[in-house]
Amino acid sequence: MNAPLKVPAPVPQPVSAWQRLSPSRSTLLNLARAVLAPLLGLLLFLLVWAAIASRSEGLPGPWSTWQAALLLFADPFYDNGPNDMGIGWNILHSLGRVGIGFGLAALVGIPLGFAIGRFAFLNGMLSPIISLLRPVSPLAWLPIGLLVFEAAGPASIWVIFISSIWPIILNTAAGVASVPQDYLNVARVLKLSEFKVLTRILFPAVLPHLMTGIRLAIGVAWLVIVAAEMLTGGTGLGFWVWDEWNNLNVEHILIAIIIVGLVGLALEQSLVWLAKRFDYAS
Amino acid sequence: MEKFVELSQVSKHFDTKQGRFQALSDVNLSIARGEFVALIGHSGCGKSTVLNLIAGLLDADSGGLICNGREIDGPGPERAVVFQNHSLLPWMTCFANVYLAVERVFGRDHSKAELKSRTEQALQMVGLSHASHKYPNEISGGMKQRVGIARALAMQPKVLLMDEPFGALDALTRAHLQDELLRIVTQTQSTVVMVTHDVDEAVLLSDRIVMMSNGPAATVGDILQVDLPRPRDRLALANDAQYHAYRSAVLEFLYQRQQRPAA
Repeated sequence: MNAPLKVPAPVPQPVSAWQRLSPSRSTLLNLARAVLAPLLGLLLFLLVWAAIASRSEGLPGPWSTWQAALLLFADPFYDNGPNDMGIGWNILHSLGRVGIGFGLAALVGIPLGFAIGRFAFLNGMLSPIISLLRPVSPLAWLPIGLLVFEAAGPASIWVIFISSIWPIILNTAAGVASVPQDYLNVARVLKLSEFKVLTRILFPAVLPHLMTGIRLAIGVAWLVIVAAEMLTGGTGLGFWVWDEWNNLNVEHILIAIIIVGLVGLALEQSLVWLAKRFDYAS
Repeated sequence: MEKFVELSQVSKHFDTKQGRFQALSDVNLSIARGEFVALIGHSGCGKSTVLNLIAGLLDADSGGLICNGREIDGPGPERAVVFQNHSLLPWMTCFANVYLAVERVFGRDHSKAELKSRTEQALQMVGLSHASHKYPNEISGGMKQRVGIARALAMQPKVLLMDEPFGALDALTRAHLQDELLRIVTQTQSTVVMVTHDVDEAVLLSDRIVMMSNGPAATVGDILQVDLPRPRDRLALANDAQYHAYRSAVLEFLYQRQQRPAA
């Protein structure tokens, strides 16, 4: 929230200069707290990083990393063959795989979640399988993907798919199961068709839960893609990290870590923003 | 008497964690067309269960339920329900909430424009034309309940079922909505079954008050015929001896013949 909104309405009587200043003084204080604290934290982080780097043989400091980043982002979209692409291409490749894998997971997971939430029998059938497969580390699925698809790209998409489908299914199903009975009673009294129940009541009621599932799924997918690409190679941020490790270019590894963090943050924040738009107080 | 809604020897139990709970046993009740009937009793006496059985939201264990000459088999729009907590869909405007019902009942043989004007009429009847494009969370509790009433009335139901419709409202808003309901019911000649725990509300609105005995195995304890002339006026009735006699009769039933169960 903007602090100025909290400023009280002007009092209709003469006030001293100090009193008139006091609201803006508290505004400044709030601003300082909102901006200063994160800045201070960031500064401290950089100082600790620099201190550790100065005592370490291999770890580059913030300044040399910054220099390397400027150079790297000067030409983000060059293309010298499949194993030497600009950082922009690598980011887009990773995002593309996450997009496809997650998209497929949503395509399968959302209808499945609805079905599981609506039909107790289906829930009974599938919940043991889901409980068994959900805790499996995503990378354990990679060999299966490589075996079936015989290619690195589809295999990493497969890993994204299988790791991001669980939060979608489970949150959708939980959302459907927790639709207030009142809304369903309205549907029953009106004798709405199953299609109308789905589009007018179930889907809007489940949407907030669904958004939570999607947010968790995207988070997992982005966590997993770097690891999957490290193993499969080719293109993408994960491959790039591994490639630069082989080149002993530690600055680039640090840059990659920051990029992964920033992109993850951007994905998360945009979904939070989207979820807010679908949230209605009942 | 013409039997428009009829319950004969109706029993209903629920399976709870504590075991079988016999909610109703051998309930007999006949309601005439155009009659306003209030169901009153202590909480837990099964008055809402009776309403939900008529609505078809619950199935009876045994006994017969008939509405307009047909056996009640599941819910349907000819028995519209005004729920206690309004049950408006929060992702739709007030207009869309009412329109959903209108479209369902009249969508087959009416044009879009007719459906819209029916929806507008229903909102106008409850005095909410100005709020039709607001969402439920943007209006007060009393207004939400009025939209709920508009939604039910817009279906032109054979029976209007109301489950403590004004229970969650403050006293002034409740009085205001009771007056409006009196006017609307006179205007539409609706058959109404209303669950209430408010003695004044029951006497003011009803033609007959059905007093339920305490559960378990609750049933109809007594029926009071309210012969106050209509239109009824709240202020005039405040000093009316007959009104007070009816009121005392209900109070006497509730607090002497049916002691309040340990809450």
